[in-house]
Amino acid sequence: MYKQLLAGIGVLVLLAGCGGGKGVKGDAGVGERGVVTGTAGEDDLSGQAFGGGPVDRATQRRVHFAFDSAAIDEANRAIVAAHAAYLVDHPGIPVTLEGHADERGTREYNLALGERRAKAVAKLMQALGVAADRITTVSYGEERPLALGHNESAWRLNRRVEILYADQ
Amino acid sequence: MMKRSWCIALLGLLAAGPARAVLTIEITQGVEAGTPVAVVPFGWEGEAPPPADIAAIVRSDLARSGRLAPMDPKDFLSRPHQQSEIRFKDWRLIKAEALAVGRLRALGGDRYRVQFQLFDVFKGSQLAGYRYTVRADQLRRVAHQISDIIYEKLTGEPGAFDTRIAYVTVQRRSPGQSRYLLRVADSDGYGPVTVLDSHEPILSPAWSPDGKRLAYVSFEHRRPMVYVQTLATGERRRVADYLGINSAPAWSPNGRQLALVLSRDGNPEIYVLDLRSRSLRRLTRHLAIDTEPVWSPDGRYIVFTSDRAGGPQLYRVPARGGTPERLTFDGRYNARASFSPDGKRLAFIRGEGNRFQVALLHLASGAVQVLTGGFLDESPSFAPNGRMILYATEQGGRGVLAAVSADGRVQQRLTYTEGDVREPAWSPFNRRL
Repeated sequence: MYKQLLAGIGVLVLLAGCGGGKGVKGDAGVGERGVVTGTAGEDDLSGQAFGGGPVDRATQRRVHFAFDSAAIDEANRAIVAAHAAYLVDHPGIPVTLEGHADERGTREYNLALGERRAKAVAKLMQALGVAADRITTVSYGEERPLALGHNESAWRLNRRVEILYADQ
Repeated sequence: MMKRSWCIALLGLLAAGPARAVLTIEITQGVEAGTPVAVVPFGWEGEAPPPADIAAIVRSDLARSGRLAPMDPKDFLSRPHQQSEIRFKDWRLIKAEALAVGRLRALGGDRYRVQFQLFDVFKGSQLAGYRYTVRADQLRRVAHQISDIIYEKLTGEPGAFDTRIAYVTVQRRSPGQSRYLLRVADSDGYGPVTVLDSHEPILSPAWSPDGKRLAYVSFEHRRPMVYVQTLATGERRRVADYLGINSAPAWSPNGRQLALVLSRDGNPEIYVLDLRSRSLRRLTRHLAIDTEPVWSPDGRYIVFTSDRAGGPQLYRVPARGGTPERLTFDGRYNARASFSPDGKRLAFIRGEGNRFQVALLHLASGAVQVLTGGFLDESPSFAPNGRMILYATEQGGRGVLAAVSADGRVQQRLTYTEGDVREPAWSPFNRRL
């Protein structure tokens, strides 16, 4: 009977917490969320953020990496620099850096690797004048691949940091 | 605020799942000369079919062991259900070495009696005899316990048939939309129950030593946090939600502490959380990635993955604190250790070129033995009898689970019918009925 009571309380607690859950936002394209540019998302701030500015949409929001590395090469530095310049010019806007890894190796190590990549981009942005408290880093490890293949062309796309501009 | 989707799934946990296998197991490589065991269909007194075919479940278990060879009932010359009905020459004639017989009887009011005996055919003597009184929904477990008894009597080692597995499944609905389920099923794939249902990733399920709780990592708040959930009630508690990564939970052998990975102090480090007092103790201090902690069965050490030497390698540190000692030296990628129950070996993932395979490290000698032939193997988990290792791999573009015996000779594949499956964790031994 005690067990039933516990189960009953458990159900009540669940029901109490279940009321008014947030729905999941529609996703706009592989691996991207509604708030990121691409096709129309609910909160498509990208148009406002970059209207006609020097930073391109979609392809330029990602920084890519070599396997098991968080080093940012020349070409990718330029992408980060463009975003850093934008952020310096628009002080109110926060930015989220979302780190990812390809599927090879172990999941938890990849979670850490994704974070290391996000923090590398954050560090570069700070060196370029962006205040640290505007930057949030998060890692999804290998859990949200852009490309689902099991080959280098997919893996290369998945080793990335996404630069995201709206609050989740 | 909690999401509605997972709430509904948790409420569903209170009802038992359907008794069908959504995980199908095939033996992809077995041992040639398994001991021939005759498991006779159990006697049943009743007009309706019996609620469980115990002998069939036992035969299926023994076949999965790769070491015993259950014989085809079509070859049996007689079908005894108890000792007085056995003519041992019938069994010597067909070259059975062991004989299992039994009976199932309905006692009324959802109570069933199972009687089972195991015999040595050559000597004509009884090796084991048991009687159970259980409900219909417990009959599969009785069958698995009978398999464990037969396995132990014939091999000298405990069986692991009466166990469960936890695993995560992923169904990709549309690009960018996935559904993740954390599930628990019997280790033969039957009776899966959903523990968590989410639109965000779930990682690293870990069984408490008493088999009653699962710790896991959930991204339901858009970043990784560690939860502990009691299976019987569905009650869950968030135990780590610090800034940065909260992940890789690993239970201490006494069930009172969790080793965790937290990056709250700047980079991923190993911490030990006391579940009762909630006190946190830091175990590693290094700029490198330190992750994937696992406790030795005697509770004295924690083995973890670190890339402090340039790439991921396995290290061991006293659980009370100290200087980590490197364990792996061969190869550029050695990670994600799982201890054998006797504490003498580690199953882990070894990367070589583009291949990632399950390997065994013998701690005393340092010898490494590669066990699997896959390309994207991950998450090795030892069975509680130390004989089999469950892991995740990729087959034909899908995530599947596989099992390999600790000597590499027996291989199985477990395919989930409804999507990709990954992150397996083998439960401790179930407590006896």
